[in-house]
Amino acid sequence: MPALCRRCSARAILKRPKTGDTLCKECFFEVFELEIHQTILDSKLFRPGLRVAIGASGGKDSTVLAHVMKVLNERYKYGIDLFLLSVDEGITGYRGRFPGNGQAERNSDLYGWSMDEIVKQIGLKNNCTFCGVFRRQALDRGAMQMDVNMILTGHNADDIAETVIMNLLRGDIARLTRCTAIITGAEGTLPRAKPLKYAYEKEIVMYAYFKKLDYFSTECIYSPNAYRGYARTFLKDLESIRPRCIIDILHSGENFAVKSSVKMAVQGLCSRCGFISSQEVCKACILLDGLNRGLPRLAVAGKIKKVNRVFAVSTSQRSVESASGDSGSPLTDDKQKPEAEVA
Amino acid sequence: MAVIHVEFAGGVELLFDNVKKLTIPLECVGGDTASKENKILTIKDLLQRLRQSYLKQRPELFLQGDSIKPGILVVINDCDWELMGGPDYALAPGDTVVFISTLHGG
Repeated sequence: MPALCRRCSARAILKRPKTGDTLCKECFFEVFELEIHQTILDSKLFRPGLRVAIGASGGKDSTVLAHVMKVLNERYKYGIDLFLLSVDEGITGYRGRFPGNGQAERNSDLYGWSMDEIVKQIGLKNNCTFCGVFRRQALDRGAMQMDVNMILTGHNADDIAETVIMNLLRGDIARLTRCTAIITGAEGTLPRAKPLKYAYEKEIVMYAYFKKLDYFSTECIYSPNAYRGYARTFLKDLESIRPRCIIDILHSGENFAVKSSVKMAVQGLCSRCGFISSQEVCKACILLDGLNRGLPRLAVAGKIKKVNRVFAVSTSQRSVESASGDSGSPLTDDKQKPEAEVA
Repeated sequence: MAVIHVEFAGGVELLFDNVKKLTIPLECVGGDTASKENKILTIKDLLQRLRQSYLKQRPELFLQGDSIKPGILVVINDCDWELMGGPDYALAPGDTVVFISTLHGG
C-alpha cells in the first residue's frame, strides 16, 4: 500500500504535519522551499544589496536555513549578500566545529567569561539564562562588526509555538505580542528575521535528511532550559494527537489582541552599554556585573529590585572610580575581586 | 540471514553509546518466543528489542510508554513511517529503520 504524492502521483516519502498531504521527495523540496520564499515575499524581508548574516549554530535549523537561503537567493534573485555568523559560548566540546568559514564571536572575548567559567561560578541552575542573554547580544555585536544590515535566525514554527505557550503561562504580555513577529528589533539594534517561522521542525529535519545536509547534534553538556523543556514536551504530545496544533498555536499568538489600556514595558536603550533593553540596565550588563562581583545569582529571576539597589550603589562607586582615572568599559572590565554583598 | 538495519541520527545515537548503525537479525527482533510462533514482527517489537538490548541510558528520552517519544522521527526505507503504518508496520528482511531526534538545539 505505497502512498502516492498528492501533486504528481510518484511514491510519497512524507506526510506533511501542517496539511496532512503526502508528497514525494522532489515535490517536498519544492513546496518546502516555496513556502519559505512566500514568507519572505509576504513580509518584504529583503531588498537588493542587503548584507545579511545568518546566525549559524551548525545545528539542524540554521544549517537548513543557510542552505535554503542560498538556493532561494540564487533562484529568485533577491540580490542579497549572505554571511555566516557563529557565537562560541565557551562550552567544552559544544562548538568544536564551526560551520563553513563564518565569523565566530567568542563569549570569553566579548565578556571576559566563557560559559565553562560561568558554570563554575553559578552551578547548573540558571546557567541557561546567562548563555541565552550573552549569546543573543554576542550575535548582535558580531553582526555589527561584519557590517551587515540584518540577522537571520533559524527559529521554526515549533520554537515559536513553544514560546507562545511559555509567555502565556508566564503572563508576559509584552513578549507574547512580540514573539510571533517575523522581524524584531528593527527600531533599536539590527533587525532580526525568522524566515523559517512557518516551517515545522519535522519538515526541517526531513529536509536535512533527504538533502543529506550534515549538521551538529551534540547536546550541551550543561542542563537544558527546564521551562522550555516542559513547553516542548507538552507541544510534542499535542502534535502527536493533532499535528496542525503547532501552526494553530502560532496563528493564535499572532492574532492576540491586547487592549490599548494595558501598560507595556517600553523598549529603550541600556544606560550602560547602549544595547536595546526594556529596563534601565540591560540583562547582559546585570548578569555580567553579578559575575564580576562574585555574586552571579544576584541577577537571576525575581530579584530585580535588589539588583537596582545594588546598581545604584555601584554606579556611584563607578563615577568615583572614573574620576580617579579608571576608564574601563563595563563590558571589557577584567574580573574584579568579589565585593561584599550590598543590601 | 535476514536482517534489519537500524540507524540513529540527530542526537538519538547519544542514548545508544554513540552507535550510529546496528544490524539486527530479524529473528532476534521478536525474542525467543516470537520466532517459534512465526509471528509477524512490527516496529513495536523492534522498539522493545532496542530497549532490552541496546538502549544504554535514559530510556525515557527514546520511549514514552511502549511507543516512540514524540519528537523522534522514524524513517523506514527512506519513507516517513506515518505513511507506512507507523508502529504497526510489518518488518521485512533488509529493511532500514532510521530514528532521528528533532529534540536537539538548532
